[in-house]
Amino acid sequence: MTSPKRVGKIEFGLLSPKDIRRMSVRKIIWADTYDDDGFPYPQGLMDLHLGVIDPGLRCKTCGNKASECPGHFGHIELAKPVIHVGYTRLIRKLLRVSCRGCGHLLLSPDEVSKVLGPEDERNEDTISEKDIKKERVCPYCGEQQLKINFEKPTTFSEVMTDENGRKIEHKLTPADIRARLEKIPDEDLRLLGINPAVARPEWTLLTVLPVPPVTMRPSIILENGQRSEDDLTHKLVDIIRINQRFKENQDAGAPQLIIEDLWELLQYHVTTYMDNEVAGCPPARHRSGRPLKTISQRLKGKDGRFRGSLSGKRVNFSARTVISPDPNLSIAQVGIPLAIANEMSFPIRVTPFNIDEVRAMVLTGPNRPSLNSPCGANYAIRPDGRRVRLTEQTKENIAEMLEPGWTVDRQLRNNDVVLFNRQPSLHRMSIMAHRIVIMDGKTFRLNPAVCPPYNADFDGDEMNLHVPQTEEARAEAELLCSVTENIMSPRFGGPIIGGIHDHISGIFILTHTLRWFDKSGVLYLLKSSIPENLPEPGKIENGKEYWSNKQVFSMILPDGLNMFYRASSCKNCDKCEHENCERDAYVKIIDGNLICGTIDKKSIGAFDGTILQRIIRTHGLESGRQFVDDVTKLSISGIMYDGFSFGIDDEDLTKIEYGQIDDVLNSAEDDVERRIRIYEEGQLEPMPGRTLEETLEMQIMQVLGKARDRTGDIANRHLGLSNSAVVMAVSGARGSMLNLTQMAGCIGQQAVRGERITRGYEGRTLPHFKKNDRGAPAHGFVRNSYKSGLTPTEFFFHAIGGREGLVDTAVRTSQSGYLQRRMINALQDLKVGYDGTVRTSGGKIIQFKYGEDSTDPAKGCFGDPVDVKGIVESILKKEVA
Amino acid sequence: MKSELIKKIEEADLPEKTKNDLKKYLGDQDISKSQFETILGRIKEEYANTRIEPCEAVGVIAAQSIGEPGTQMTMRTFHYAGVAEINVTLGLPRLIEIMDARKTPSTPTMTIYLAGDYATNRDMAREVSWQIEAAPLHEFGDITTDMLDMRVNVHLNRDVCKKRKITIDEIIDRSPQKIKDKNHYRDFEFEGDSENAIISFMPKDRESYQNLFSLAEHVRKVIVQGIDDIERVVVRKENGEYILYTEGSNLKGVFEVDGVDTSRTRTNNIAEISEVLGIEAGRNAIIDEALSTLREQGIAVDVRHIMLVADMMCIEGEVKQIGRHGIAGEKESVLSRASFEVTVNHLLDAAIANEVDILEGVTENVIVGQPIQLGTGDVKLIAKSRVN
Repeated sequence: MTSPKRVGKIEFGLLSPKDIRRMSVRKIIWADTYDDDGFPYPQGLMDLHLGVIDPGLRCKTCGNKASECPGHFGHIELAKPVIHVGYTRLIRKLLRVSCRGCGHLLLSPDEVSKVLGPEDERNEDTISEKDIKKERVCPYCGEQQLKINFEKPTTFSEVMTDENGRKIEHKLTPADIRARLEKIPDEDLRLLGINPAVARPEWTLLTVLPVPPVTMRPSIILENGQRSEDDLTHKLVDIIRINQRFKENQDAGAPQLIIEDLWELLQYHVTTYMDNEVAGCPPARHRSGRPLKTISQRLKGKDGRFRGSLSGKRVNFSARTVISPDPNLSIAQVGIPLAIANEMSFPIRVTPFNIDEVRAMVLTGPNRPSLNSPCGANYAIRPDGRRVRLTEQTKENIAEMLEPGWTVDRQLRNNDVVLFNRQPSLHRMSIMAHRIVIMDGKTFRLNPAVCPPYNADFDGDEMNLHVPQTEEARAEAELLCSVTENIMSPRFGGPIIGGIHDHISGIFILTHTLRWFDKSGVLYLLKSSIPENLPEPGKIENGKEYWSNKQVFSMILPDGLNMFYRASSCKNCDKCEHENCERDAYVKIIDGNLICGTIDKKSIGAFDGTILQRIIRTHGLESGRQFVDDVTKLSISGIMYDGFSFGIDDEDLTKIEYGQIDDVLNSAEDDVERRIRIYEEGQLEPMPGRTLEETLEMQIMQVLGKARDRTGDIANRHLGLSNSAVVMAVSGARGSMLNLTQMAGCIGQQAVRGERITRGYEGRTLPHFKKNDRGAPAHGFVRNSYKSGLTPTEFFFHAIGGREGLVDTAVRTSQSGYLQRRMINALQDLKVGYDGTVRTSGGKIIQFKYGEDSTDPAKGCFGDPVDVKGIVESILKKEVA
Repeated sequence: MKSELIKKIEEADLPEKTKNDLKKYLGDQDISKSQFETILGRIKEEYANTRIEPCEAVGVIAAQSIGEPGTQMTMRTFHYAGVAEINVTLGLPRLIEIMDARKTPSTPTMTIYLAGDYATNRDMAREVSWQIEAAPLHEFGDITTDMLDMRVNVHLNRDVCKKRKITIDEIIDRSPQKIKDKNHYRDFEFEGDSENAIISFMPKDRESYQNLFSLAEHVRKVIVQGIDDIERVVVRKENGEYILYTEGSNLKGVFEVDGVDTSRTRTNNIAEISEVLGIEAGRNAIIDEALSTLREQGIAVDVRHIMLVADMMCIEGEVKQIGRHGIAGEKESVLSRASFEVTVNHLLDAAIANEVDILEGVTENVIVGQPIQLGTGDVKLIAKSRVN
């Protein structure tokens, strides 16, 4: 539906006073806006020629109503010229490089050639202020030049030397400056990078001020019926008032002093009208004391016109609500509440082929009765473009009138394509196309396996949903943005979607070592993806058929898959035992059958997903999606088969371990004391490049860190795979052995900026300790575990350490956000050409071959263009080194 | 492996890495001809499938791929892997520093490899380190301030000088000169006595003790041996050779020291590399530094993204910043610049120079509300209708 008309280019230039007068529809002379009856004054700031904002009135220029009238400019004739603040630097430069007598550039043609090169070889370079020596003589008329001083915001002066050799500053009025700039010849301006055809420098001194249309500064009517004017209107009122007074005084022949004061006041108002944040100029304020938001402020910054209104726009056909998980959905689906599906719509054109179907939708009307009933419609658009809302009353009538050529806004129905998004949208996988499933409830439902690309969780996150409104957009969403297309991340060439948390624990428990299930068990596990035929049972005992857990997992693997790798639980032993690994960490898949090994994070997890990666390469993205769906469901069944929970008593150890932990910690604290004594006696050898204190601190940190690790080892000896936390840590589902150590063993040293906690009171961290105590407990060593509970001082130190993490995150998000914005801005125009080069929008070549080998990182295999190992293995069906 | 197979691999239109991988994996495998054909066929097919498509918005993908994991990075400065003594900025601040193309990094360091015998002989390695490490005068002897005669006396220690391989005369020559040149302090006179290994410094203005003390301070701190910018050198043995790690960086200076392996020695100061070794080396340094910063944080990012950023930064022949004072500020399009930063100034300057925005880039087209010319928006073909 794109219009064939394109905006070809946009040219920038200055408005000359003539232009301003020509485009003006009305000269504005009255500072007042509305009269007592609430009617705009003619030739006032709200003159009806400038456009209308009140409904009902008609514009006196174009005759349109408020909604159609684009607004028209007016103008104010200024009593004397004033400087445009934005151009003070340009004016200063021009005054310094041009002759005060004849206006010529202060360089002879020869000197110009010296700077810019001979006339026929010149490029875009221009003369800068530095190319001209100070206080020289004009090469054309021989006039002695004077130094030009500039004082912020808008004062210019010449420095003269009087007969006594004293320096006196002579102020230049805007009129003087204008006269000087007028004298600069066109040819000289070109050398300075100014195009005189569109920007004569004297136009930067305003003699006539354009008055923007009222549509640009609408007044709002407050609840009490009072009118409240826009900031720009306020500013224009000021300008007109002063201008009027200036004129009167001028005509009355007022003394020079008063004229100058008024001139300066007018300059101030025009300055702040353009930019209310100029250095050296107090900002104009509203009656309430708030600085006014004038033209410059409207354009600038994040919520300004450019970034806020032009680069980012608000959209219709979008929805937002809280998200919650539903593991029974496919990863390519999203569950949406009926209320949203009823509100959002997709336009379909009525044709002879679908008229009956559409008529049924219109007859259903805007209120779809239940989840499963066919969708209704919200609006009908007549061939003339008129939009008719469907209601219970009008639907029958409209259904009658329906004929080819109409368009009907149909409600969403199952399997429609929508775009789903979570902010911050840091990468392209933050917006993906899903197919909808209409559900009960009021939240969006999504499969937890698609959380990683969105970086979503369910602690109250909200997400947005957009409905593409044309068939073209739907097709592109489906083909380019669908979840299936985005399983592989272009960041590192691996799957970004995959099992998380319980998916991994579940599949780990299910596939670890060898287990047997009877027929009902197998069918329970595979309930959501039951294969057509069960394979031959692995063993028959007492006439009963049994299948192994590896067989169960193999049923969701596609045929012809051959893989050999080591799982996350692999400890990288010196000598690999392969099939006989005691941890069952050597994974071997032949012809789609899991022979040995445990499936865990490495196999199916998000960011790792070796199996998923291989399936996508050999069987395609769609099979990959199917595998994720199957494996997540199988693992959920697997975890439910045994049950999986974690409670406070899972952190319990026996008396023996507690005794050992105490011993370790006591000896560590003793060791610290001993080292402190050595230090205090002056016996400590400093490490190269470190002071004595630093050496001691490093030693203490080391001793205490080691002690913490040893308590962890003691705890781990007691806790085996029967402990849920260990299962989670080993399988890679969540948490680490360190977390377990801190829960059961010892929390360890709390640090701020990598050092022990030292700040607080004089010579000590807390009044609970002696002054200058360097011992472990006095500087943030927490010897308790989360289970045993912290002492008050330990709790305090723990909070100190925790605070650092919070501050860090807060600082980091803003910094990395800005880095990303800068990078996007610098690189956004780059694209691969049809010749394989990477070019900017101007056609400049950045790379002759993208990435030096033209490989798409999203299609490659962790950076390699071809997964050679995988291909060789799948053909030879054995592991190759 | 049979030579005919190797020949076939070599003949295939595949990148070097893939060919080498294939040779490595097939190495001692016993394979049939048909198996080999299948493997090679599959590889060629996969290679063809992984080509990048025209019109792909590779720039945005690169920026997102580097920016997105930024939130996962740490802020802290960390110890360098292996060398506990030297602190190096890592994580997000370092990445920002690289993209900002700063003239000097906040923690400049060098890794200096040694050539020949210097690499294996501890004493010779130490010698090189003395040539490099900036050593102030007070390390070579006792400095006393004689308030009575208004002079600063330096009694040089002959043993130290001998150990450090520097002669008394050299010190006498060098120290006053260095104080004048580097510290820009000239109001003093000096006497050197190489017999007794004594140098004396006298302030020109002997009225005030303040001059004497400030002179004494200059004398203490004047660098008489080593390279000025390199504050500290640590010698370490890694993989059987001695390597010098430094705090502070001066590539040009270090290259001139005997015994330094100039081909392997590196610094983390990108601006210095591009100045000394050229823009191509600078580009490679950006890639290396960014990649190692990310890898150190355990973040996987494809090299191609970083290469694109580095190429973009270096395309003009000098290292340009990502941002207002570099690439983003020098774009052709007025609207694109205005929507990034310093909006108003860009618009005002555009008017004076009569700039024309031809609306080719992304932001410009978003602003005027038309499809951007990337991806499917860049295709201008229209299918012919088959219906008459």
